[in-house]
Amino acid sequence: MARTLKLRIWRGDDTTGALQDVTVDANPGEVVLDIIHRVQATQMGDLAVRWNCKAGKCGSCSMEINGRPRLACMTQVSAYGEDETITITPLRAFPVIKDLVTDVSFNYKKAMEIPSVEMPADMKPGEPRMQQVDVERSQEFRKCIECFLCQDTCHVIRDHEENKKSFAGPRFFIRIAELDMHPLDILRNRKKQAQEEHGLGMCNITKCCTEVCPEHIRITDNAIIPMKERVVDTKYDPIRWLGSKILKREDIVQN
Amino acid sequence: MATGVFSEGRAKIAERTLRTDRWWLQPLVTFGVLISFIIYATWRAFENNYYFIEPLISPFYSPCLSQSCAPGSSLLGRLFPIIHIWGMTFSPALFILIFPLGFRMTCYYYRKAYYRSFWMSPPACAVAEPHAKYTGETRAPLILQNAHRWFFYAGLVFNVLLTVDAVLAFRNSENQWGHMSVGTLVLLANASFLWFYSLSCHTCRHTVGGRLRNFSKHPMRYKAWTLVSKLNHFHQQFAWISLAGVWLTDIYVREVATHAISNWYFF
Repeated sequence: MARTLKLRIWRGDDTTGALQDVTVDANPGEVVLDIIHRVQATQMGDLAVRWNCKAGKCGSCSMEINGRPRLACMTQVSAYGEDETITITPLRAFPVIKDLVTDVSFNYKKAMEIPSVEMPADMKPGEPRMQQVDVERSQEFRKCIECFLCQDTCHVIRDHEENKKSFAGPRFFIRIAELDMHPLDILRNRKKQAQEEHGLGMCNITKCCTEVCPEHIRITDNAIIPMKERVVDTKYDPIRWLGSKILKREDIVQN
Repeated sequence: MATGVFSEGRAKIAERTLRTDRWWLQPLVTFGVLISFIIYATWRAFENNYYFIEPLISPFYSPCLSQSCAPGSSLLGRLFPIIHIWGMTFSPALFILIFPLGFRMTCYYYRKAYYRSFWMSPPACAVAEPHAKYTGETRAPLILQNAHRWFFYAGLVFNVLLTVDAVLAFRNSENQWGHMSVGTLVLLANASFLWFYSLSCHTCRHTVGGRLRNFSKHPMRYKAWTLVSKLNHFHQQFAWISLAGVWLTDIYVREVATHAISNWYFF
């Protein structure tokens, strides 16, 4: 049976804007994106919203629903009470373009700063062989759909615009972890880069990125903390440093 | 100049958060429990009494290494002289607690807990923090969080000693072996919880195998890493259970030592 839903949708651009009240019908099984489309079709023809697959796999419809970063296509209307007003806003960590659409180009710039996998020079196409146990950790990180909800909720940049210069954010820490755990990658300074160029040390592991990830990637436990421990190996472990000097094996602190 | 969610170019929304759930409850409860434990542990550390009664010793005072320790309580000997400060005997617990406190303070789970509940950085996800500046763990003193592995190693030594304490509790008050009391179970449970907490630690996971690139070349370490990874899923739970374990064990030993209750023997 259809229900009447009370919504507050943020409308505006980068200079001005406000929450606007809307009442709309919702059918059983519908998700918030369905409702936004109904509002767009019946009441707000110029409402801007970014969407694509409606299946939680493209990462386009990221927004904040009742203050929580979520994918609108994966948020059931039935999760909200009959009398509850649902507030829908754009992502609050990024500049707004119009209504529910934000400019997430910050993330693409950060992505370009991370060198991709570097295989041994003498390895020809078709030659690389990797065992499943060696790649399964990285495979978890490959599930990322780049919805940037983790970036949106991360307080390091959400609450401190000035940190965007020096902090890549959780999405890119899983990228760096994926590459640093890659069995064939020969680039050896990823830990140093993570700490000194991408701001790994700024993360205080409050796990919000993990909480909001729609792919349930354990960002903090499986990527950020392992990377922090790898950085400790190379930068903050005097015993390993001493061992590398005594055994004359620089790889102890560089690998 | 406005920053954070009020920065130039972002959606102009007056509220610091639009969350409608009780996001403040979890940090509030965490704050309440941790501050209660800190107050209790500080009082007990300074009390310097009622921590030992044959065959039970409080985890706050083990290993007791000072010459001021109660007779029979020093597993490894009374190695250190008595220190007096302002006419008061310096409690051996104040030295001992540095290590488990350091382990918990630098623990990846507790960091989340106290950054949220004490420092409100952030108080909850998508709730704006009150601080104007943020540098995370990049400079002193928080850069010292990177010392977690050293406290982890020290914690393992403590776990061994507390396990020995639990084994020694299979004696009666006359030091005869082959007895078991409620206190024995309490000390055994405490040592077990602490082992689970330590072995589920992220540093442990890294040390046993996480730092490797190629698991296939190290099958035993891969198995160890897989096992620790399973435990690591429950690190948060082990953190709270072991904290409660230490707390309740100390209360039990104190109650027995003050003769408020008797240590009931099964056999």
